[in-house]
Amino acid sequence: MFSYCTDPDTLGTFRWFSCYLTTGVHMSFYWAFLKVLVLLAITAPVALAFGFGGAIAARSHVLPVSWLGKGYIAIVRGVPDIAFFLFFVIALDQGFEMLKHWVVCPDWTDPIRQGNDFLVCPQAKVPLGTAPEWVHQTYSFFIAVITFSIVFGAFAANVLFGAMRAVPHAQIETAEAYGMTRRQTFWRILVPQMWVYALPGLSNLWMVLIKATPLLFLLGVEDIVYWARELGGTKTPRFTDYPHPDWRMWYFLALLVFYLAFTRVSEIVLERLMQRLSHGQATTGGEAQRKAAA
Amino acid sequence: MSCWDVIQAYGLRSIGFGERLLPRSDFTLCDQVVLIGSGMLWNVYFAMMALFFGFFLATGLAVAKASRSKTARKPAEWFIFVFRGSPLFIQFFFAYFFFLNLKGVNPFFDPFTAAWLGALLVLICNTAAYSGEIFYGALRSIPRGDVEAADAYGFTGWPRFRKIIWPTMLRLAWPAYTNEAIFLFHATTLVFFSGFPAWQQRGDALYYASYFADKTFNPFVPYPILAVYFILFTLIIIWLFGVMNRRLNKHLPAERRKPMKVRPNLIR
Repeated sequence: MFSYCTDPDTLGTFRWFSCYLTTGVHMSFYWAFLKVLVLLAITAPVALAFGFGGAIAARSHVLPVSWLGKGYIAIVRGVPDIAFFLFFVIALDQGFEMLKHWVVCPDWTDPIRQGNDFLVCPQAKVPLGTAPEWVHQTYSFFIAVITFSIVFGAFAANVLFGAMRAVPHAQIETAEAYGMTRRQTFWRILVPQMWVYALPGLSNLWMVLIKATPLLFLLGVEDIVYWARELGGTKTPRFTDYPHPDWRMWYFLALLVFYLAFTRVSEIVLERLMQRLSHGQATTGGEAQRKAAA
Repeated sequence: MSCWDVIQAYGLRSIGFGERLLPRSDFTLCDQVVLIGSGMLWNVYFAMMALFFGFFLATGLAVAKASRSKTARKPAEWFIFVFRGSPLFIQFFFAYFFFLNLKGVNPFFDPFTAAWLGALLVLICNTAAYSGEIFYGALRSIPRGDVEAADAYGFTGWPRFRKIIWPTMLRLAWPAYTNEAIFLFHATTLVFFSGFPAWQQRGDALYYASYFADKTFNPFVPYPILAVYFILFTLIIIWLFGVMNRRLNKHLPAERRKPMKVRPNLIR
């Protein structure tokens, strides 16, 4: 990166590090942080949408739909989340390939599952075997986003379902007394009021989502955990200009600090947001603000 | 092999007894159920030990965090912040490589790089931080009247804590603590995916489940088996903690006893 980096052996400690930390592979490491942030930025709204759908389904008066919604919410209880992650990665991948297989090769007669193999026709591979590396990377990232959204959507559905029930019943009754239809009551009365009840749960969920991002590593994405392991490992002078012993501990310490800072900042921001939303609401938080002002 | 043979060969495989080689082809349902069940031994071990030791550490942390002296409060606050604010996955990785470095310094640290001790230590600290925060919250919501009554009876110092404060704290914290226990039990599945090696393929339930999923390319059998096991053990935890909850609330009049509501937390 810098002009004096041509011969690292001659450099002092500080300059050596400034060169070491700006090598090409380190840039990939920094990109991986961005990858985590992108994952969060995509997953959070998608999961919220999934959760909203789940909560609406669970409230439905049509019994099978309500079962579907409640079942979706219930899968998050009792089973470890990593199991879901590992499950969905393979299941989604196979699901996509199978769908594409039916569309692309309708004449294929062999069964797809042959013993321990999962065989689709070569044209139905997702992504195609000939595709460049970045397509594979993007695809696995995409699968990871869907997986995160499904799992966290179930958590969000749980929170939103509870929040919808927490809205005071008198509000609904008043709406009905004014002659609003069910649909109107839902969109004009229930939804605007539920957020303040949902926010504590959702902010908790956001924290949990941040702390779940290292699991990307398990889903086969080259994320920060992957790079920390790669870069930290012992490097001998034969293969690199920057030999060093096993530094993985320091790399993971850096990740630990990154996550601590990230959760701390989120905590402060969410606290502010809660203050804002509680303003003028008939909750204990809103009551406290009124008293403090008076 | 009949299913009975499989049980004999693989029932205790995860702790090193029985057949050395894992099944490599022609996986039967019985293979998967037995081997994943055998892996559950590790999950139960980690959860039980971490809960037991973590409980005492958590009590200490809660008392320290609630204390007026700054020298006691600050370290407890930091400990809780560090372990609750960062992902358990990263904590495992960091601890593993940390112990690996220590191992180079002194052979005394050899066992720490193995999951049974190293990962257990991380789990203990982690659950202690989470339950310490729960206990701290409970300590702050102990009814004034209870403490005043204790003072009036002349309780001070250790007896006051042991007989009045501590039981009340536990009673108030118990529903949340039950969730923490379930949550910790689920977190034990992370151990063998985070640096700590599964020596001679002695892993936990998820380790074997993912082994089968990788070998058969069929996630629809091993993961549901795993799920059933976990739901079963979660129910057992809920039952055990429910018994304890009834005992803690025994002295209260019936209408003040709150039924326990289980709301398991999410990932950590």
